[in-house]
Amino acid sequence: MNIVEKILARASGKSSVVPDDVIFADVDKVMMHDVSGPGVIKVFDKLKKQGISVDKLWDPTKVWVAEDHFVPSADKLSAENIVKLSNFTKNYGIEKHFKYGMGQYGICHTLSHEEAMVMPGDVYVGGDSHTNTTGALGAFACGLGHTDIAYVLLNGNIWFKVPETYYFKLNGKLPDHVMAKDLILKIIGEIGNDGGAYRTMQFGGSGIDEMSIESRLTLCNMTTEAGAKNGIVEPDQKVVDYLSQRGATDLNLVTGDSDAEYSKIFEFESSEMEPIIAKPFSPDNTCVVSEAPSVELDKSYIGSCTGAKYEDLEAAAKILKGRKVKIRTEILPAAISIYQRAMENGLLKIFLDAGATVGPPTCGACCGAHMGVLAKDEICISTTNRNFPGRMGHVESQTYLASPMVAAASAVTGKITDPRDLI
Amino acid sequence: MKGNIIKYARDNIDTDVIIPGQYLKVHDYAELATHAMEGLDPDFHSKVKEGDFILSGKNFGCGSSREHAPIALSHCGVKAILALSFARIFYRNSVDGAFLLPIEIDQDAYDGISEGDEIDIDVSKNEIKNITKNQTYKMKPFSEIIGKIIAAGGLFKYKPDQD
Repeated sequence: MNIVEKILARASGKSSVVPDDVIFADVDKVMMHDVSGPGVIKVFDKLKKQGISVDKLWDPTKVWVAEDHFVPSADKLSAENIVKLSNFTKNYGIEKHFKYGMGQYGICHTLSHEEAMVMPGDVYVGGDSHTNTTGALGAFACGLGHTDIAYVLLNGNIWFKVPETYYFKLNGKLPDHVMAKDLILKIIGEIGNDGGAYRTMQFGGSGIDEMSIESRLTLCNMTTEAGAKNGIVEPDQKVVDYLSQRGATDLNLVTGDSDAEYSKIFEFESSEMEPIIAKPFSPDNTCVVSEAPSVELDKSYIGSCTGAKYEDLEAAAKILKGRKVKIRTEILPAAISIYQRAMENGLLKIFLDAGATVGPPTCGACCGAHMGVLAKDEICISTTNRNFPGRMGHVESQTYLASPMVAAASAVTGKITDPRDLI
Repeated sequence: MKGNIIKYARDNIDTDVIIPGQYLKVHDYAELATHAMEGLDPDFHSKVKEGDFILSGKNFGCGSSREHAPIALSHCGVKAILALSFARIFYRNSVDGAFLLPIEIDQDAYDGISEGDEIDIDVSKNEIKNITKNQTYKMKPFSEIIGKIIAAGGLFKYKPDQD
């Protein structure tokens, strides 16, 4: 069995599973945020009316909650949602609730790794499509809707069809100024935005051995944009080191068998990658930066679970150091722990000296909700994950997806720019 | 199940156009319905009637896990989506929450069915009848688990232990 089959077999109490088997998997961790949480509360209300007991959760110690989409509160309704969510966690005894304005908080997927909320070998489900992110730690990490999360909260398990696995063998180290975001845009551009649909996208090879945990997180995060059920990397010493720095020891490192089967194997030469962008209006509408259209940008956005981890900010700072931005540039670290490190290591000063604005962690602008949405006809280059019509604001705005280095270089010139042109 | 078709002859209708991100804070189902398809079709609300079906191309519902998407459509009266393929979270949200039926169709049905056609979906025979044009097409059968959850009326009413 491959890693996902082994995790799902263990979680469903079977000695083995194969793709297309339908199983009920015991869940190890479940996450919801200030959008899916109130959605789940609504499901609980419906269940109560149907006479289904919602008095207690299967295991509140396995549940954690983040406030990320509508913080700081955008308006009265989003403020009320936070209050509702807080009452829910209090009433049901959920202790891990990362609250805006109270120490560590941030985007749920960033907290999942920064706070070591998910362990290798876990079945981890979250009420958000980019839950796939945390598969980079060797977990089966999968996004679900409100009804399914409510079901998990009450029953501790959920049905899955065991996915077939596409294995992406990545060869060699990424060149300087080329990032994991470029590589995953390249992959999505080749397989299409439904190219991984219902499947696992597993990454391996020397390109992964060379890659930091944060870069692997970027790859797995974007598997959602190929329609994948989950993204995963087999855990290695880097995962052990990363988690032990965050206080997690005694890990159960599940890896695939030597005769593991994959339904398809793809090979990519990471060492030959170039900076890549996705043009409006789909993450698979890609081209190399050298062939990017010559558009006048209005904004550069460096934020989100995809593109505002510490390594992402460090990469942007390399470009912005000693330079000035030519367009509106917003940089929002994805969690307070990252914000703090960026402050201690001088990155925030580099950003502010360059003329950028630094904001608090939030999903706000990434999903077009608040905190910097785009006007009609505005064009943005962004380190976020998707660029559907209206994704970051007005339905006639445009978003180009890029790596933090490309977004930073473009901030300096006002046009889509290869970071290597500034070096 | 009979209904009339609203056709969007394109692929990749994503959850951001079905219900834009600014409405994610809304959890009142009737209010969500008033914003359905706002990012794609400003005329949707003047067209849609109770019992209608939407027909579209590949990868319907791609993007976010927001259950708001099937909720908003179902509370406009939409009973089924007929599409060449579906994105996975939209598909399971539609079924597990018992909001609407995701029907996978083939190219013949996609090409043959037009805006406004009256359609009769017979899930027991995996058949779609076009009453307006007097044509019949195949639908892809539901997988066993999906069929059972639909028959039960959603995931919470489905009892896996009784299988």
